[in-house]
Amino acid sequence: MSKQEQHWEKTRNLLFITLAIWFVFSIGIFLFGAEMQESNIRPFGYPLTYWFTCQGSLAIFVILIFWFAGRQEKIDDEFGFSEREGDQ
Amino acid sequence: MIKGKFIDNLPKVYGIYTGGFLVFIILMAIAEQAGMSAKLIGIFFVAFTVLIYALIGWLSRTLQVDAYYVAGRQVPTVFNGMATAADWMSGASFVAMAGGIYFKGYGYMALLVGWTGGYVLVASLLAPYLRKFGCYTVPDFIGTRYGGNLARFSAVIVLTVASFTYVTAQINATGTIASVALDIPFGIAVYVGLASILMCSMLGGMRAVTWTQVAQYIVLIIAYLLPVFWISSKLGAGFFPHFMLADEVARIAELEGQFGFVKNSAADLATVPKGLAGITKAHSSVNATPWAFISLAVCMMAGTASLPHVMMRYFTTPSVRTARRSVGWSLFFIFLLYSSAPMLATLSKLSLIDPTLPTGIIGKTIAEVQAIDWYQNWNQANLMFISDFNGNGTLELNEFFMGGKAVVLATPEIAGLPYVISGLVAAGGMAAAMSTADGLVLAISNALSHDIYYKIINPKAETAKRLIVARVLLVLIGFAGATIAALEIQGILGSVIWAFDFAMSGLFFPLVLGVWWKRANAPGAVAGMLLGLISGTAYLIWVRSGGSGFLGITQLTFGIVGAAVSLVSMIVVSLITAAPDAATQKMVDDVRIPSGKTVLAQK
Repeated sequence: MSKQEQHWEKTRNLLFITLAIWFVFSIGIFLFGAEMQESNIRPFGYPLTYWFTCQGSLAIFVILIFWFAGRQEKIDDEFGFSEREGDQ
Repeated sequence: MIKGKFIDNLPKVYGIYTGGFLVFIILMAIAEQAGMSAKLIGIFFVAFTVLIYALIGWLSRTLQVDAYYVAGRQVPTVFNGMATAADWMSGASFVAMAGGIYFKGYGYMALLVGWTGGYVLVASLLAPYLRKFGCYTVPDFIGTRYGGNLARFSAVIVLTVASFTYVTAQINATGTIASVALDIPFGIAVYVGLASILMCSMLGGMRAVTWTQVAQYIVLIIAYLLPVFWISSKLGAGFFPHFMLADEVARIAELEGQFGFVKNSAADLATVPKGLAGITKAHSSVNATPWAFISLAVCMMAGTASLPHVMMRYFTTPSVRTARRSVGWSLFFIFLLYSSAPMLATLSKLSLIDPTLPTGIIGKTIAEVQAIDWYQNWNQANLMFISDFNGNGTLELNEFFMGGKAVVLATPEIAGLPYVISGLVAAGGMAAAMSTADGLVLAISNALSHDIYYKIINPKAETAKRLIVARVLLVLIGFAGATIAALEIQGILGSVIWAFDFAMSGLFFPLVLGVWWKRANAPGAVAGMLLGLISGTAYLIWVRSGGSGFLGITQLTFGIVGAAVSLVSMIVVSLITAAPDAATQKMVDDVRIPSGKTVLAQK
């Protein structure tokens, strides 16, 4: 496998992990909205589903993007595909 | 050169600007104590901020193509994040979203999840790759990746439909705020709003829009957060509302149980002015089916990743790496406002409906409420209405109606904050609507001038001519938008949601598959864009004209139909026609690695 193919395979795997986490917190948990609402876990005292829609999921997305960017930069560095001065 | 120095000095420049704005707020507060009228304060706030943006727009004027279309590709990560946040957060986010949550509670909070989750898709699927491509506009990417004028033209059509729907809503929002703050009729205020929007973008294109958007973000975030924190402290709910409103949320649920949701008869509702609504759904309990919630969130997420005015903000960063990080910063700055919207809705609702609070109006006599100053003001603006449906002389929960935009604009006044805060909120709403309208008008006119005029009609046009065409189109589109906005066909929130559905129907899969599926070709992309847009629009028209719809897909989520048709037709047509040539495959390979020259620079 060429260097570029390996790079793309790793990039694609990272995409799948990122999208899986994204799916859980944007769609997955809301399938169980009514059940979660009854839960005794109450962040800051808010009902659980309510908290996820107004803070939890949103904050997780912010962290997820920065984590994704960091991982992708590592992959690019590993294969020497990071940008250098004078590129672009 | 001054320009290079300007980029290095950005933190200092915007630091001074923020300080200056805070001083202005304090001066206005002092003026209010000294007896300046509320009307004058409103005028000062809106006029002063709009003049500053116009000044920035004028200082950023340019005659270079690179600066006009992509701000010279040198906008630093964090500042691009702020500009994107302002570009993104429209009148709908600022003025209408808290209102939607106020009326419909949990069901509408799908918008919060949808309008933030979409950025994960932007960061991972699209933004870095489109930046590496080095295009000026989104149709530029489609046209070059797939090849052929038909693909480019189809992309321009989808872009125009989506962005134009969106921009009318924004001009509507600027008109609403200008008409309330400056006390002029809506029909005229719409054109005042338009003039302010054009001043920011006409001379400097993307460069001017970038630097005004950063300035607008600072105004809008101060204007949104300050009242939320202030009202929360004033109600004794806690100094940091985001972590401390659990008791208030529980109290609203208790009051809702006590009052009940009485359904008004159609005859009664017919007397309520158009566009006003009452509280009909529980605030915090799960009152929407999972599918209703998720389908709305999915449409907003896919729409986010297809809206050209957002995507083109990531064309302005210096590199692929900064484009990626910049998405994270954008979402962080958006998060600051979005996590506050439900808090504002909670505080606003509680201060109105809790009879034990001095501001509460439910349970008071009708005559008492009609005598309140703020009620008279907002009733006059056609944004508030009460009526004694059951004839018992006291106001019930189902007898109080508000316009969606009034929730944010009127809450400071209702909670008894000084008028200076209301002026600040008006300036913030204006900033939010203007910044988005700027981005949208520019996205449309850039696509028409670059992709239609320069790439298809007259490829030999010289720079000066291209930029003149771009500016003429900008003005024309602005006027068309204002004219339609003055008709008030659909509310702000509704039009914005439609825009996401249109963008998702036509552009989501052609963009994503352009990077992630090498086999995708021009006929497939054209089929995907056109069939997606047509089927989505047809479904919308069908449901609007009384059709029953299927699978619980409503007029707010018709993008699901469009995108599904788009995906299937794109794959089928791509597979039955010839694979893209070697040069195109090589181009996709190049897009996938950050290093090296941009794809367009190699050509």
